[in-house]
Amino acid sequence: MMSGTVVDSGSPTAAVPDELSGQILDEDEDFEVFCKDSTFTDGGSLNASMQTSPGSMVNQYKFEEEEEQPDTKDIFVTVDNPESHVTAIETFITYRVLTKTTRSEFDSSEYEVRRRYQDFFWLKSKLEEAHPTLIVHPLPEKFVMKGMVERFNNDFIETRKRALHKFLNRIAEHPILSCSEDFKIFLTAQAWELASHKKQGPGLLSRMGDTVRAVAASVRGVRNRPEEFNAIQDYVESFSQKMTSLDKITQRIIREKKEYLEELRECGPTYTLWSGSEEELVEPLKQMAGCLDRCCRETEEQVQQLGNNLLPILHEYVLCTETLKAVLRRRDNIQAEFEAKNEALATKRTDTEAMKEEIDKLEDKLEFANNTLKGDWGRWKKSMRADLRAAFINTAEKNVEHYEKCLAVWESFLLSQRTEANEGDDGDRDDS
Amino acid sequence: MMADTGSEEIAVIGNTDLTPSELENNIKNTMVEKGATLLKRMEINVAEAEKRTGKNAVSMQETYTVYLIETRAVDPSSEGANPAPPDSLWRRYSEFELLRNYLLVTYSFVVVPPLPEKRAEFVWHKLSADNMDPDFVERRRVGLENFLLRVASHPVLSNDKIFYSFLTQEQGWKEVVFETGFQAKSDSRLKALNATFRVKNPDKRFAEMKHYGDELQSVISQLLRVRARVADRLYGVYKVHGNYGRVFSEWSAIEREMGDGLQSAGHHMDAYAASVDDILEEEEHYADQLKEYLFYTEALRAVCRKHELCQFELEMAAQDLTSKKQQREELATGTVRTFSLKGMTSKLFGQETPEQREAKIKTLESQIEEGEEMVKDKNAESEEFVKNAWVDIERFREQKDRDLKEALISYAIMQISMCKKGIQVWSNAKECFSKM
Repeated sequence: MMSGTVVDSGSPTAAVPDELSGQILDEDEDFEVFCKDSTFTDGGSLNASMQTSPGSMVNQYKFEEEEEQPDTKDIFVTVDNPESHVTAIETFITYRVLTKTTRSEFDSSEYEVRRRYQDFFWLKSKLEEAHPTLIVHPLPEKFVMKGMVERFNNDFIETRKRALHKFLNRIAEHPILSCSEDFKIFLTAQAWELASHKKQGPGLLSRMGDTVRAVAASVRGVRNRPEEFNAIQDYVESFSQKMTSLDKITQRIIREKKEYLEELRECGPTYTLWSGSEEELVEPLKQMAGCLDRCCRETEEQVQQLGNNLLPILHEYVLCTETLKAVLRRRDNIQAEFEAKNEALATKRTDTEAMKEEIDKLEDKLEFANNTLKGDWGRWKKSMRADLRAAFINTAEKNVEHYEKCLAVWESFLLSQRTEANEGDDGDRDDS
Repeated sequence: MMADTGSEEIAVIGNTDLTPSELENNIKNTMVEKGATLLKRMEINVAEAEKRTGKNAVSMQETYTVYLIETRAVDPSSEGANPAPPDSLWRRYSEFELLRNYLLVTYSFVVVPPLPEKRAEFVWHKLSADNMDPDFVERRRVGLENFLLRVASHPVLSNDKIFYSFLTQEQGWKEVVFETGFQAKSDSRLKALNATFRVKNPDKRFAEMKHYGDELQSVISQLLRVRARVADRLYGVYKVHGNYGRVFSEWSAIEREMGDGLQSAGHHMDAYAASVDDILEEEEHYADQLKEYLFYTEALRAVCRKHELCQFELEMAAQDLTSKKQQREELATGTVRTFSLKGMTSKLFGQETPEQREAKIKTLESQIEEGEEMVKDKNAESEEFVKNAWVDIERFREQKDRDLKEALISYAIMQISMCKKGIQVWSNAKECFSKM
């Protein structure tokens, strides 16, 4: 814990005031790690004794994107082992959450707890509350609207489990979010501990106050949104459309492939039936049937891959855009609140000092919000790029594999049919 | 007449006007035998198709397609030198049908090669079922050529004069065909059906063949139906990928670093979507090969039915002879062993005079003599038919085994080609994605 005045930007070893106690500026690592997140949720905790200038704040919360090194990862989280629980009132699934870490804030190096969906949901809400302008990776949807998908169907649980795993890992990788106390409790607390912790936090009235302010601000709207956020907004709009389209297209491809598979399945048996009437042709026909059956199996696998790899990621990014829009909205609200107070000041005659103080706090809050968002935006874009690139590469690879396997099937058929008379019909027809 | 099944070389059709793919089609579609057949002396091909309009039999305007048949004498001595220009004439589908009907009647012991379908059947939805559709016309052109080549290489059919003049005589061919009076010789369906039900001792082999023909027809029909549905679905799968192309392109517009990779990946998605058209066109050839044998089953069954008819007529003649002999015996000995109307009437109306009886016996005797001739003839006819028909059925069977095996192989080759294309496209796409 360091204390003292905050120095100007550029210095990696900035001392921090008491109010920022709990923050650790790690000199050895290239990025600054902040824990203790709850101090910046509302303007109230930024008090006047903080001798910071907006400029210095920028740097303190700057994310050094290029210098994140994978080997500095010191917390590993896995989600697995879904189990069904049946009580008198409800049936639900819990997942095992396993944590391995070397971080000093954790008392132990290994934790194993069981969590259910609503616990994840709670965590997400707390993180968004504490960091309104940070981008929290989306949770899998609460309800699935797709027709008759049974909530406890194996595929559904498997998909959800993977998404929850991703959700926690994204948080663990995030320099700020991973230091969240709520995150730590989520990973380590026993069921009753978690339940009791959930009951704490800002009271109902305070939360309601926040909501009212937010609504008021959103109704008022923002006057001069900085250009960069307009650009982000426009991007998010377009990106959202593209992701939704890609999600739909991929779903359609899966559907079409399944229907193709259904028809293809009839081919093999028909050739087998035919072979029953023939003499000379028995072998070729039976082998033909065998080839078609094998191709069916390969196609089945391919469809499954698509559903397990590409589709969930596209879907995740569709959900991401909702998160992004919410983050932008919250930033807007902060700006709107500030602008509103600022305008009110102009018409006020008395009590201007107190108001000016409030406005300063709001201004700082706005600046902070803008900077965190900008930083996290860069971070998000980077991981989006990596995620989607990997997903599409994987899909292409799987498709190549699929065709290679089918190719082998048919080439072995040719080999077995080859006689001297057919040598001239060699299958070396490379289509140019 | 044994068919020459010794050499199994592919007869090369040497028309340089054909595009490489058409040439490929022809080679794929026609596995013909070289023997003492017309094909050795003459090149035949159906080079073109053209639309014509004219007035039909009831003076109504109609549009139809005519096909150009080109023939050229093969002269081994002029190898290498410029070939003489081919003779040619135009024929429409109905004339092909007329030729075939003539052959069916005249050579009822031959499994006569079928014509390509009159109307498009077993189509998957993107393929037009319209007879005027250029793709359909093209496939029909190939099918008609195939038909001619098969007839020209058949040990029996290729020697037919009517066939020869079909290829060479533009004017008046129809009249010549009708003059043969073949239509009168054709058996009525009713007669044939009757024979099928009532024949007592058909040759077992023919019964088996007929049964085989039924099974083959059923299974190939099923295969063609399944194939059409699979083609439909495959088309859908490929085409949806085209949407990826469009969206990638739009998406690349809002990205900086990812833009190029996305854009080029999108092009590959478009290429992938487009590639299905060629794939399915190639598959159509496979379907055509199957269809030929589907239609062949009808010809096979026709030969078997003809045998049943022959056999039935023989049995009828023999039965008639037997009953006449019996009648003679009865008249001669005066005993009525079997019930007969004559017997009844003579009982009712009194016995005949000895003179009357003599007259009757004499008539019967001559009838019996005729009947014995008839039975002898029918027997010889039937034996001849069985002998010749069985030879042709064996020839057909070997041809079918060869052709269908080839068809399966060419299907595998097509699948390999399709897989290779897929590998290429997705490998390219992967490269582009790596640049995202």
